[in-house]
Amino acid sequence: MSIFVNKNTRVVVQGITGKEGSFHARQCISYGTKVVAGVTPGKGGMKMDDVPVFNTVMEAKEKTGANCSLIFVPPAFAADAILEAIDAGIEVIVAITEGIPALDMLKVKNYLRGKNSRLIGPNCPGIITPGECKIGIMPGHIHRPGGPIGVVSRSGTLTYEVVYQLTQMGIGQTTCLGIGGDPIIGTNFKDALAAFEQDEDTKGVVMVGEIGGDAEERAAEFIKNNMTKPVVGFIAGLTAPPGRRMGHAGAIISGKKGTAKAKIAALKEAGIAVCEDLGSFGEFAKEVFGL
Amino acid sequence: MKIHEYQAKEIFKKYSIPVPKGKVAFTKQEVIDAAKELGAFPVVIKAQVHAGGRGKAGGVKLANSLDEVSQLADSMLNMVLVTHQTGPQGKVVRKVLVEEGLNIEKEYYMAVVMDRSSEKIVIMASEAGGMDIEEVAEKSPEKIIKVFIDPLIGISGHNLRNIAFGLNIEKELQKPLMAIVKSLYSIFVDLDCSLVEINPLILTKEGKWIALDAKINFDDNGLFRHKEIMELRDIQEEDPLEVEASKYGLNYIKLDGNVGNIVNGAGLAMATMDLIKRAGAEPANFLDVGGGASAEMVENGFKILLSDKNVKAILINIFGGILRCDVLAEGVVAAAKKVGVHVPVVVRMEGTNAEKGREILLNSGLNLKTAKDLKEAAKMIAELV
Repeated sequence: MSIFVNKNTRVVVQGITGKEGSFHARQCISYGTKVVAGVTPGKGGMKMDDVPVFNTVMEAKEKTGANCSLIFVPPAFAADAILEAIDAGIEVIVAITEGIPALDMLKVKNYLRGKNSRLIGPNCPGIITPGECKIGIMPGHIHRPGGPIGVVSRSGTLTYEVVYQLTQMGIGQTTCLGIGGDPIIGTNFKDALAAFEQDEDTKGVVMVGEIGGDAEERAAEFIKNNMTKPVVGFIAGLTAPPGRRMGHAGAIISGKKGTAKAKIAALKEAGIAVCEDLGSFGEFAKEVFGL
Repeated sequence: MKIHEYQAKEIFKKYSIPVPKGKVAFTKQEVIDAAKELGAFPVVIKAQVHAGGRGKAGGVKLANSLDEVSQLADSMLNMVLVTHQTGPQGKVVRKVLVEEGLNIEKEYYMAVVMDRSSEKIVIMASEAGGMDIEEVAEKSPEKIIKVFIDPLIGISGHNLRNIAFGLNIEKELQKPLMAIVKSLYSIFVDLDCSLVEINPLILTKEGKWIALDAKINFDDNGLFRHKEIMELRDIQEEDPLEVEASKYGLNYIKLDGNVGNIVNGAGLAMATMDLIKRAGAEPANFLDVGGGASAEMVENGFKILLSDKNVKAILINIFGGILRCDVLAEGVVAAAKKVGVHVPVVVRMEGTNAEKGREILLNSGLNLKTAKDLKEAAKMIAELV
């Protein structure tokens, strides 16, 4: 079992003929992901390796039964690509693109309400159900199939670090997803945590947060009230100065809001075990999960 | 991206938001000329720096005669202004805004921001103008009116009415106020702003609304579609090393510590800074070379970090995944030789051929230490400082 994606997920890659799109589509295919279609407007009828390319997502869905989209479209056109996927009724939309204007995402997010699509990202590494499918840009080999731990994170390489340490400890993962470093994102911590709580095979969850916004605080509240499974937290940015954007568009302490200290305190208050030394994250998680 | 008050007021003018008469001045002569042109006293001279809290720090002064104007021009131009937002090193004042003095009846607060929690655009208005709005929000949140706007619908009449009636203002003042609010919203969405703020928005004794101050911050991700706004960037207001780093496409923020670090990915970079702190040192910077990381990026990273005299050691932390560590290691060695790295460097890298990469670093004959994981890297840093 897993959340959101599994071995039956059929992926259409939007922007498949671009440099990033084609490289990562191939990586996903070699991991075993069912990449059934690509979309590049104007290049319909072409093929990327064995993958048929279509002009529109709607056509790709009709011809191939794609139910998940992976987006590598440049920032200026990415919001449009997400809207196209929503309108085509794609169930899971994974947007990798970094640098989408916040206002574009604000519109997309409001448009998404009441629709049947789930958006993951943007500005994220994607989602992987180890051993089944990899829909994103993360290195597949650092993951360990079979569970029992789910991982949700706002970061990319920091997620890899955490997953790698779990794997080193012999702890496998059910599903790992990066929800993105932007201020406005599709799936948030709460959504992922709720899904992990429902997933039979997931016995515990790792949640990696960072400075900026209040998603971690809200997740803490959710965990306290709704989750029975243990959660291990990590928050990056204790040494980040206020008022500066730390790489991610969403990683900024505004005034006194969004500090790592406040987030760690909120998590601890909700009874969540927070690891404060990234160097020994694996050992810490192993102990908390009792694995 | 931030711009100056005088630039923000130019934008306000284009959107018909009333601002005081005034002119930006770069030299003493220009200050005097601007004051003469206004033709009446008092005039207000306002330091133009990218930081709030100017008033309290002595960056906003009143002059009642040309003599006073001239004295203020001498004392303010090129002064180092230290406010609660500049840090102890302060900011050099390179230009001032010379404006007419106005008769203030009351000060209000008005702003448009993006609200991450509700995922709407929010207009904030308050009768408690001229104060630090965060302080108001903390101590008397009831004094702040918030109106949430769906970006798909845009601003509509009732949004404006909620603000106008909420502020308890006289009837004849409502319409002109609503026009200002509408313009602020238009600026926000037209120009991809992250903040448009008037603090204070004043009501003059003559019954006019005027934006006494103006602040606009832009969403960096939206700048590509606003070339005219990009031209407003003032690199003199930025840290010179950060400007240099941005030319290389590096995401660098200078800090005050002693251990430099080069990391791929923003989250891991922050976590690495925290790790340095835990090891008993202080991070000298934030530097994200991007998820991929290449030898060239590392070389440029070295150059930037070594220009910072406080840096006593460097930690390179690259989680490459599919990146080949042997190739990266060769790049690090070449870069270290080329740049002439004179401080100890600890390298931690993970990815394909990590072992081979470590050998290359060890056999380089340079002061490069390799750590097999983060724990060991932290230990090495602790020993170095």
